[in-house]
Amino acid sequence: MEIIKIERKVLAKNDAIASEIRGKFEENGVFAINMVSSPGSGKTSLVEKIIEYFSGRVNISVIEGDVQTDLDAQRVSAYNVPVVQIITNGGCHLEANLVNDSLKNLDLVQTDLLIIENVGNLVCPAGYDLGEDMKVVVISVTEGDDKPLKYPKMFINSKVLVINKIDLLPYVNCNIEQLKQNALKINPALQVFEVSCTSGEGVGKFCDFLESSI
Amino acid sequence: MHELSLAQNIIETVKQNVTADELTKVREVIVEVGAFSGVVADSLKFSFEAITSGTELNDAVMTIVDIPFCLKCNDCGNETSTEIPMLLCSICGSSNTQILSGDELRVKELKIAEE
Repeated sequence: MEIIKIERKVLAKNDAIASEIRGKFEENGVFAINMVSSPGSGKTSLVEKIIEYFSGRVNISVIEGDVQTDLDAQRVSAYNVPVVQIITNGGCHLEANLVNDSLKNLDLVQTDLLIIENVGNLVCPAGYDLGEDMKVVVISVTEGDDKPLKYPKMFINSKVLVINKIDLLPYVNCNIEQLKQNALKINPALQVFEVSCTSGEGVGKFCDFLESSI
Repeated sequence: MHELSLAQNIIETVKQNVTADELTKVREVIVEVGAFSGVVADSLKFSFEAITSGTELNDAVMTIVDIPFCLKCNDCGNETSTEIPMLLCSICGSSNTQILSGDELRVKELKIAEE
């Protein structure tokens, strides 16, 4: 048998497109976050809270990724910010080429902060670079404190952890200290924020952090 | 579950690296899969077989080389492999560490049948 050496990353093509996207962001002064979580952790609610917080001060654009429906884009467009919906039709994550295509429908010059809300899935989106400055993983206390140990790759690849729904802590079986400890064991460099998108608690601190990064 | 699209990426890589004549002679595609690459090796093999069946790559099998998670601590100097990948050194608790292996997802080489 003849052997042909390849040594090529399977996602090399995705990574190349992600680099191209990163170049566009840099050129236009866009700070981009890739928001990832399980379905129902409150990503869209957090997007809404971020938009409310920065209203009139920071130009925000949003890319919504979902398996089906444009319900999230409808929610976000109510806030009068540019939003593009990507429907993956069964795909479990966003890929760089989908994001690159959707950028044609956004004005990057007029964007300071781009929020890419990924498909709700704590596994697959971890491996795909979308050209973002950072991945922000959202977890809600209703999911339990063991999730960082069960889905480590997402926590390794994220820079920020937002723990949402802290208003529900009295009612659910989740030890938030244990949750943080588990997350920081997986990735000690994670910046952790505790928020409630219902009461608004903690949202300001997280947004101030975002603003300091822009 | 995105192994099907990964298998398509792998097939594309194979096609880019062989001539049309060699394509039907590919017998083995060797892929390195790290312990926390997020990929289910069996699903990847299954997807590869499903989409190569009846094509030029019909006779090619996929061989998976598992790469363990390995972390090096820059403080105590130990290299460790924990079942759950974590960036905190399991020996001295330092966060000053680097991943040596475990996140690979790479087409390593191809074996081509000779005339």
